Amino acid sequence: MNTATLIADAVSTFKSEGRIVIVGASLAGLRAAEALRDEGFDGQLTIIGDERHQPYDRPPLSKQVLKGWVPADHTELPQMRELDADWRLGVAAVGLDRVNMEVHLADGDKVPFGRMLIATGTRARQWFNPKEAALEGVFTLRTRDDAARLQAALMAGPGRVLIVGSGFIGSEMASVCRELGLAVTVAERADAPLVGALGGVIGEIAAEMQRDHGVDLRSGISVEALEGAPEGSSSGHVRRARLSDGTVLDVDVVVASLGSIRNIEWLEGAGLATGFWGVACDAGCRAFDINGVVTDNIFVAGDIARAPHVLYNYEFLSLEHWDNAVLGAAVAARNMVRLETDRVPHLPLPSFWSGQFGVNIKGVGVCSFGDEIVITQGSTKERRFAAAYGRDGRIVGAVTFNHGKWLEYYGAMIERSAPFPPPPPGYDRPADMTPVPARFPDPRVPTGTPDVVLTGHDPTERGAEFRPRKER
Amino acid sequence: MTPEAAWANAMKFENRADPYPFFDQLRRTPVARVAEKTYVVTGYRELMTLAHDPRISSDSSRSPLTPDPGDDGAQSIIRSDPPGHDRARRQVMRHFGPPHSPDVIPDMEPTIVRLCNDLLDKAKASGKSRIDVVDDFAYPVPVAVICTILGVPVEDEPSFHGWIFDLLAGQDLGPDAATAEGQARVEKGQVSSVALDQYLTGLIEGFVREPGEGLLSKLLHDDGPDGPMSPDEAVANALLLLFAGHDSTVNTISNCVMTLLRNPGSFDLLGRRPELIPGAIEEVQRLQSAVQFFPSRSATDDIEIAGTTIPAGSAVHLVYSAANRDPAQFSHPNRFNPKRTDNEHFGWGSGIHTCLGGPLARLEVNLALETFVRRVKNPHLVVDPPPYRQSQIFRGPRHLLIDFDRISD
Repeated sequence: MNTATLIADAVSTFKSEGRIVIVGASLAGLRAAEALRDEGFDGQLTIIGDERHQPYDRPPLSKQVLKGWVPADHTELPQMRELDADWRLGVAAVGLDRVNMEVHLADGDKVPFGRMLIATGTRARQWFNPKEAALEGVFTLRTRDDAARLQAALMAGPGRVLIVGSGFIGSEMASVCRELGLAVTVAERADAPLVGALGGVIGEIAAEMQRDHGVDLRSGISVEALEGAPEGSSSGHVRRARLSDGTVLDVDVVVASLGSIRNIEWLEGAGLATGFWGVACDAGCRAFDINGVVTDNIFVAGDIARAPHVLYNYEFLSLEHWDNAVLGAAVAARNMVRLETDRVPHLPLPSFWSGQFGVNIKGVGVCSFGDEIVITQGSTKERRFAAAYGRDGRIVGAVTFNHGKWLEYYGAMIERSAPFPPPPPGYDRPADMTPVPARFPDPRVPTGTPDVVLTGHDPTERGAEFRPRKER
Repeated sequence: MTPEAAWANAMKFENRADPYPFFDQLRRTPVARVAEKTYVVTGYRELMTLAHDPRISSDSSRSPLTPDPGDDGAQSIIRSDPPGHDRARRQVMRHFGPPHSPDVIPDMEPTIVRLCNDLLDKAKASGKSRIDVVDDFAYPVPVAVICTILGVPVEDEPSFHGWIFDLLAGQDLGPDAATAEGQARVEKGQVSSVALDQYLTGLIEGFVREPGEGLLSKLLHDDGPDGPMSPDEAVANALLLLFAGHDSTVNTISNCVMTLLRNPGSFDLLGRRPELIPGAIEEVQRLQSAVQFFPSRSATDDIEIAGTTIPAGSAVHLVYSAANRDPAQFSHPNRFNPKRTDNEHFGWGSGIHTCLGGPLARLEVNLALETFVRRVKNPHLVVDPPPYRQSQIFRGPRHLLIDFDRISD
């Protein structure tokens, strides 16, 4: 028996008798499980999730669910095939023992694996003051249960809703509130909404959209305290918010929309390259250990993964996008049951969408990698336009407002690193096609965390992040 | 074969039943110059790129090809660019689909099913064992449906049917146009074009004076964010919607029946597994593309693509039917595979001009095919290939004779 035969035998034995554990039972976990079965993995498959629900879809939670069109429990993801998996739902993974190759569960159980996938994603960043966070009427939105509770609160007809933070989710929630006829204030620390993901030029347009739809938008403002019913009280139902400019607002519902925190705590002590931005891995989804050495049996997919991307100077990208979870999961699954020469890379052209204030926002690439922006098509005044982002004379991202059918063009240019600015269109030219600074905030400034972040070349570069994170 | 020769051959009437070998020849140069100021695109990737390139205009008044006679006024959606295009498309969609009119298309379902069954009942009652799928089944359904949706009196159908037929036959982009018969067709087409335009102008003027049922009247009296459509523009779009609203659907129904009967076992397969019908229709659309290309486009700037530079001002034909058989995109591209996955073909176009009526056409073709497959027993093609219509653009059988054992209830 030669080496090649031995290896082939080992692969085939693993595919028929091996054990794979997927930690995280949301979009990435489910799609990875399906892809594993599609790849012919017939061994034991365990899916662990801390929520008690079957995998569900999150994008509708801040839109159709809040609006009351779709009940929160009607968001289950379609399952593409029979999985024959052991579902361990409602029990969190609390540890990873790489030496004995076991995942430790909150109920004390230990699940052995031959290979495992980390797909634990993110959770909502909570209101910074735990006492205030515990007031009735203070919400965050990440899970299906969050959405059900918040929806019920909005249906009760609150006097005023305060949304703290205006990234995509915060802005979508503000839009829903206006559609429901609710008075809503948005407090944003940055100069405008969406600046983390799209920069200040687009942020100004987003701000106009909010104001035109009757949102009381307060930018450059932070919320310093929430108060309960009797003045100064910190119990009962939230009734007031104190803003950094000294204003006091009467509010009945507060939603903290402060971005997300990656669920890495359970990996403490596992010796992996974990940090604020997630778990570092190679473009084939294999996790790095704390020294930056690639592991053989631990894979990463979805919001928690950060991997080098050829299009962006091989910088490590964290992408909290829906299709990144789907595509990354499929690649991770393939590479889990294939030999080195058959492995495939996960090199997505990032894409994202949002719906707010009657406008369909879609984008491709990594806008925040750019430092310049040019409006390329249409009219910003009419809120139907396309804009391209550039850096060092090449196009790196694009965003469209009610102009999504043009994205293919920009995506193709980004894939080829085409020159920036792109050539002028033959019609529907914007009044001004001069590239201007895109005005992204310094990532270290505490503002809305963008959905896409570039986290630097070297996973150990931000060594300071290598401490267990404590909730504030 | 030079690209010029391959294109001329693909456009010849004698090759209408199978222009595909010439498209394969052309695809060796995925973006090829085929005549003075005329470029054709036959590669999948290249077509995808150019269909989304804002330096490709659909405004036929910018094209070096002679625009249709009488084309100097308002243009229809398919022959216009943003922002006018976007506005007009929004105005039409407001009365045709969600979010403003979500029920228009689904509400047609019972009518479509009844029409399909009536036609097969009629064929059954005749006692014959042969029908022309085009005239006896495929044509009557979409034309009745589009008349209802637009508010065009269905009793006018015999008139506009003839005009549209002649109009199309007169728009020959190939070498046959130069023959004496071709010239005669062109002249007849021009006469019909004028007649059709007068008819639709009269209809629109009537709706201006007195609002009626249907989409055309609503366009003229819209109080939506984009306001009402001007009567001139409404006439241009009425022609587009009336024609495009049924002609390609007729061809697609016929193409479906033809393709199923050409491929042994597939008719029975869909009979046993009707859930495969939607995918099978997409596969037929990939293979036979009811709109093969649309000759309105031109380059507004020099565009470099796939080793070719298209000079500004050139006509650019995005040949959907050719790209739909690009082996770099579709494995075994000439094979009918009703279970094909990842079938992202151009049978409905791509980009901002993507078929507006696609959801209606899909519903019609699905219901027609479901009914046909369920009721017609053991059908066979009588003549293959069938006789074709003149048009290179709206390519489809003129007749499609089939023999069958019986028609069930």
